Amino acid sequence: MVIRFLVRRLAYLVPVLLGITFFAFLLLHLAPGDPVFLILGDEYGNVELREQVRRDLGLDEPFWLQYARWLGRLAVGDMGESLFSGQPVLESVLGRLPVTLLLAGLTLIIAVAIGIGAGVLSGTNRDNWIDNGVRVIATVGVAVPVFWLGIMLILVFALYLGWLPASGGPARHGMRALILPAIALSASFTALLTRIVRSEVLEALQKDYIRTARAKGLHPLVVYFGHALKNALIPVITVIGTQLGILLSGAVLTEYVFSLPGLGSLLIDSIYRRDFPLIQGALLIIGMSFVLVNLLVDTLYAVVDPRVRYA
Amino acid sequence: MSANAQRVVGAAHVNSSRSRAVRALLGNRVTILGLVIVVAALLLALVGPFLNPFDPNDVNPLGRLQGPSAKHWLGTDQFGRDILSRIISGAAVSLGVSVSAVAAAMVLGVSLGTLAGYFGGLIDDILMRIVDIVMAFPYIVLAIALAAALGPSTSNVVLIIAIIRLPMFARVSRGAVLAIRENDFVSAARALGSPQWRVILRHILPNSLTSIVVVAALSIAAAINTEAAISFLGLGISPPQASWGNMLADAQNYILTVPSLGIAPGVVISVTVLGFQLFGDGLRDLLDPRLRAR
Repeated sequence: MVIRFLVRRLAYLVPVLLGITFFAFLLLHLAPGDPVFLILGDEYGNVELREQVRRDLGLDEPFWLQYARWLGRLAVGDMGESLFSGQPVLESVLGRLPVTLLLAGLTLIIAVAIGIGAGVLSGTNRDNWIDNGVRVIATVGVAVPVFWLGIMLILVFALYLGWLPASGGPARHGMRALILPAIALSASFTALLTRIVRSEVLEALQKDYIRTARAKGLHPLVVYFGHALKNALIPVITVIGTQLGILLSGAVLTEYVFSLPGLGSLLIDSIYRRDFPLIQGALLIIGMSFVLVNLLVDTLYAVVDPRVRYA
Repeated sequence: MSANAQRVVGAAHVNSSRSRAVRALLGNRVTILGLVIVVAALLLALVGPFLNPFDPNDVNPLGRLQGPSAKHWLGTDQFGRDILSRIISGAAVSLGVSVSAVAAAMVLGVSLGTLAGYFGGLIDDILMRIVDIVMAFPYIVLAIALAAALGPSTSNVVLIIAIIRLPMFARVSRGAVLAIRENDFVSAARALGSPQWRVILRHILPNSLTSIVVVAALSIAAAINTEAAISFLGLGISPPQASWGNMLADAQNYILTVPSLGIAPGVVISVTVLGFQLFGDGLRDLLDPRLRAR
């Protein structure tokens, strides 16, 4: 059953992936400014040379033909070369991937650990000061912009206290470089998870099997974490899936604030330089990995919850 | 006769739930706090220009990077401009951009979503696939990509945020229409011979409006955040025009000298976003009785 579900989801993936490639292509096709100008620079005034380069790049061909050719090259992993460094785009993009993955992974670990802990704590202490305190923090946590939180963390923990580096990647500072960025990035995610876990735990606690577990004389912690939380986890997986876009969006801003050499800062740097092939490459990899991770979450969901498979 | 019957069917449904909604809404302190913040922020944006202690763009080379003082409550930035005045003038920009972008997204998104949900079929399929594709991009990546293609300007920021927000409105209003379409009062209106546009405008839209208002409130919160993010990256509202986001971009370099330069805009963004979120959440809990019990 899971396999049939997977096949259906994969078939559905094809138009979405095609859409992403088309979007990435169209976007930079519409961009103002002539890419030939970026290549030629001062020699742009030479009309003959300009037309020569345009022909070489295939820029004189109709839009659909250009897109088809570009797609064909993409299929064999050829994303072109950076206008700036001349390095193959695929190489540059993949080289930046580890930092982003490390950051996202660390963030997820922090968010899930604190989110579940605080959510259970809050839900099992309904309406007393612990619950209210957690709820206030969680509500504020969702509203604070990730890049501003990053700046504030730099101000306090890097500039005033000098405990952690303000900028630079793991190559310079090791894993210490990722601590502040991961805290900044995990804040809204943690807050959201806390809220979801809390409400799921509250709902689960009203179920008959909880009363049975309590009546059996089980320790409250066993009831909370073994029974209530276990049943509250399915929505948590969905939330992680649906909020991945927010996590990736935040990662772009966080990498920029902390000057981390990840995919997000690559995207922003290449936009500043108008390095079109690199922008396209970064967009494609971000879009595709997002879609693939979503697929992974959906599949996980289908494995955990049999009802989804038949929907 | 038939017109009267229609009015009764439609109006009774809307009125009773509306007065109940208003009463329940004002009964919740957190939602009221949200509403107060929203109103205060909108007021600041509207009358702010008349309150400004200084011209927000007035450069003063002798008074650069001063800390807070009696004259400059929040200090001055790297050009000697009054930070408080720039925050106030930024309110009009940030909120103006966010509200107009969400309004545009709402009008277009709800129209498309309602038509897709009501008529179904091929149009529905195509539209929802496009929505899936747009939503497949992380929103800030989409915003950055669009900003890179369109170039930085205020009207482009509105356009970008509208594009990002539109799919959500389309999806929610489509869902609402699908749920409402099968109700007896819709069948009754149809049986009484109402033309389709009338069924949509008089019976479907008013009843899906509640969930759309919730999405609108939460969308404005997200829009303020998005505007701040793209202006922070230098791809949105460009200087010298102050926006809460581009003030933070300047602040990064001078934060150690004048911390208020970096703290103040962030606090204002957070509080405003919080206000719209509390208000939107309050509305949603109210409309979804299953959540209210918790």
